[in-house]
Amino acid sequence: MWEAIASNARRSWVLVSLMGVLLIALGGTIGLAIEPQVGGYFGISAAVLVWLVLWATAAGAGDSILLSTAKAREIQKEDAPQLWNVVEEMTIASGLGRMPRVFIIDDAALNAFAVGYRPQKAAVAVTAGLLKRLNRDELQGVIAHELGHIRNQDVRFMTLASVMVGAIVLISHGFLRGMFYGGGRRSSSRGSGGGQAQLIFLAVALVLAILAPLAAQVLYFACSRRREFLADASAARFTRYPEGLAAALEKIAGQAAPQTEISRVVAPLCIVNPLQGRALVSLFATHPSTEERIQVLRRMGGASFAAYQAAFQKVHGGRARCIDARTLAEDADVAVRAASAEPAGHEAAVVRAREVGELLDRVASFVVIPCACGVRLKLPPGFPRDTLKCPRCGTQHAVPRPEAAPPEPRQPARPLRYHRRTGGWESFQCTCGQTVQLSPTFGAPDVACPKCRQRIEVVPAGSA
Amino acid sequence: MGTTTIGLLIALGVLLVVLFWLIGIYNGLVRLRNEVKNAWSQIDVQLKRRHDLIPNLVETVKGYAGHEKGTLEAVVAARSRAVGAQGISNQVVAEGELSQALGRLMMLVESYPDLKANQNFLALQEELSSTENRIGFARQHYNDSVMTYNTRIQSFPPNVVAGMFNFTESPFFELEQPAERAVPQVKF
Repeated sequence: MWEAIASNARRSWVLVSLMGVLLIALGGTIGLAIEPQVGGYFGISAAVLVWLVLWATAAGAGDSILLSTAKAREIQKEDAPQLWNVVEEMTIASGLGRMPRVFIIDDAALNAFAVGYRPQKAAVAVTAGLLKRLNRDELQGVIAHELGHIRNQDVRFMTLASVMVGAIVLISHGFLRGMFYGGGRRSSSRGSGGGQAQLIFLAVALVLAILAPLAAQVLYFACSRRREFLADASAARFTRYPEGLAAALEKIAGQAAPQTEISRVVAPLCIVNPLQGRALVSLFATHPSTEERIQVLRRMGGASFAAYQAAFQKVHGGRARCIDARTLAEDADVAVRAASAEPAGHEAAVVRAREVGELLDRVASFVVIPCACGVRLKLPPGFPRDTLKCPRCGTQHAVPRPEAAPPEPRQPARPLRYHRRTGGWESFQCTCGQTVQLSPTFGAPDVACPKCRQRIEVVPAGSA
Repeated sequence: MGTTTIGLLIALGVLLVVLFWLIGIYNGLVRLRNEVKNAWSQIDVQLKRRHDLIPNLVETVKGYAGHEKGTLEAVVAARSRAVGAQGISNQVVAEGELSQALGRLMMLVESYPDLKANQNFLALQEELSSTENRIGFARQHYNDSVMTYNTRIQSFPPNVVAGMFNFTESPFFELEQPAERAVPQVKF
C-alpha cells in the first residue's frame, strides 16, 4: 500500500532536480552575463546560497511560520473532544504512528491544511467554520485527506519545491531589476573586449530570467495537483467512506465568502484553494477543480486505490493515471462502509455551532459568567471593569480576575542582590527591566524597585 | 591468467550486487513485519482503552437507571471476560460479546432522556463511539499491513529470502461470525 509514497518520492525528486538544474543554469548564465571570466562560478554559488538560506528557514521554522500567518491556535483534547478523536482515529487508520498536533483557526470560511516538514512533527489546522458546518463523517474525510498528505510526505516535498520556486523567482526578479536600472551603464563602461560572448550570455540570461520562474511554477503546480488526487484516494482508503470527503468538498465549494485570513503562502497546502476567487489559469492552479474531485469520489465503486483509479479514468477518459501500477497491484478490494448514525437537521447544526463558539472563546481565553436567569455573559480577555450587570435580570456579577490573584509584588525564590562596584553614582537594571539609580550617599541595606516594588539588597563596595 | 582474473572480478562484482539486492529485500521484509507487529499492538491498546472506559460508563448509567441490573451486570461480566481472555481466538469472541452487551446498554439508554442530557454521559458516549471507531480502524490498518506483508512474501524474489529467514505469513484479523461484527450502534 505504501508504494505510493515511494513512487511519489521518486517523481518528486525528478521534479526537484529539474528545478535545481533550472536554478543553477539561471545563476550561471546571469553570472557569466555580468562577468564572462569567473562570473559563472560566482553566479552558481550565489544561487545555491540563496536556495540554502531559504530552505534552512523553511525546514527549520516553516511550520511555525505558516501556522502563525494563518493565526492558528493549538488545542488540546478537552477543547474539542470530537475533532481530537477524529484526528486520533485517522492517525490509527493511516498508521502514522504519532498523532499530529491539532490547531484551530478562528475563521468562518471552510478550510483545513496540514504542515510538517517531518511527519513526526506534523500538525493539522482546521477553521472554525469547517467545524461548525461539517458532520462527523465529513470532518473525518477532511482530516483523512490531510493525514494522507502527511503520510505521503507531500508537505516535505511541497516545502522543498516551493523554496526552489522562491529562489528562482527571487534571483530572476533581482537580475531583471538590475538590468533595468544599472545594466546599460555597466556594459558601456566595459568597452568592447570580449563583448561578443557577454552579449550572448546577457541575451540568454534575460530569456532565462523571464522564463525560469514560469517554468518552475508550472512544474510545481502540476505536481501539487497530482498530490491532491492521491491524498483524496488515501482519504477514501483510510475512512472506507468516499462520500464523507465528497460531501465535505461540496460544502466547502459552496461557501460564499472567499477566505481572507489564510494567505497565499498556505494556499497550496489547503484542502481546497482558498484564493479561488482570483482568476487562476488552470496551468497555474495548485488544486484540481473541486467539482472534478467530487465527481471522482462519487464514482468510486469501493474504497480501494483501484476503485479511485477506475473512477478517475471514468471522469477523465482514456488512460489517465493518478496512482502508479505497483500500488494498485499490492492493493486489495475494500468495501465502502455505511454512514455513521448522526442526527441531521437544524437542531444538530445549532448545537454544533454553539459548541464551536464556546471552543473559540475558551481558546481565546474569554471569561464566561453563567447568570441564574439563563443568560451567559461573555467577557473578552482584559475586561476593564470589576462588576457587570446582567442585561436581562439586572443581577450584579463580580468579574473573576484569572491572573489578578496575587496583587502583592512577586518575591523571587532567591533574594535579589546588587554588589556596588564604586562609591559614586551607579545604576543597574532590575529583573523587571526598570533602571534603578543609586546615589553616592545611598546607605540603606536594600532598595525598592520604582516599578515593580520588589526589594533588592544592596551590598556596599569593598565588602565581600 | 589475465582473462581468469577479469572473470573472477566480474563474478565477484555480480555476487556483490546480488548480495546488496538480497539485503535490500530482507530489510524491506523486516520493515513490513514490524509494521504488522505495531498494527497488532495498536489494536490491543484500543481494546484496553475500551475496557478502561466501561466502569465509568456503568457508574454513570447506574445513577439514572440503577434498576436495569441485568443489562449493567451483563456489560460488567462481558468486560471481565474480555480482560481475562487468553489467545487471539478467545479474545476475538470475548470482545465480540462485549460489543453486543454494550450495544444493548446503549439501546436501553434511549428510554432515559435525563441520562441522555447528562454532560458526563455525553462525553463518555463520544469516547465510547470513538473507541469503537478506533478499534475498527486499528483492525483495518492491521489487515492492510498483513495484506502488504503477505503479498510481498508470496511474490517471486522476496519469497526466496522469506524462505531462508523464516518469514511466515501473518493471519488476518477477521471476526468469525457476522453477528459479532456488530459494534454498538451509538446514537447521538
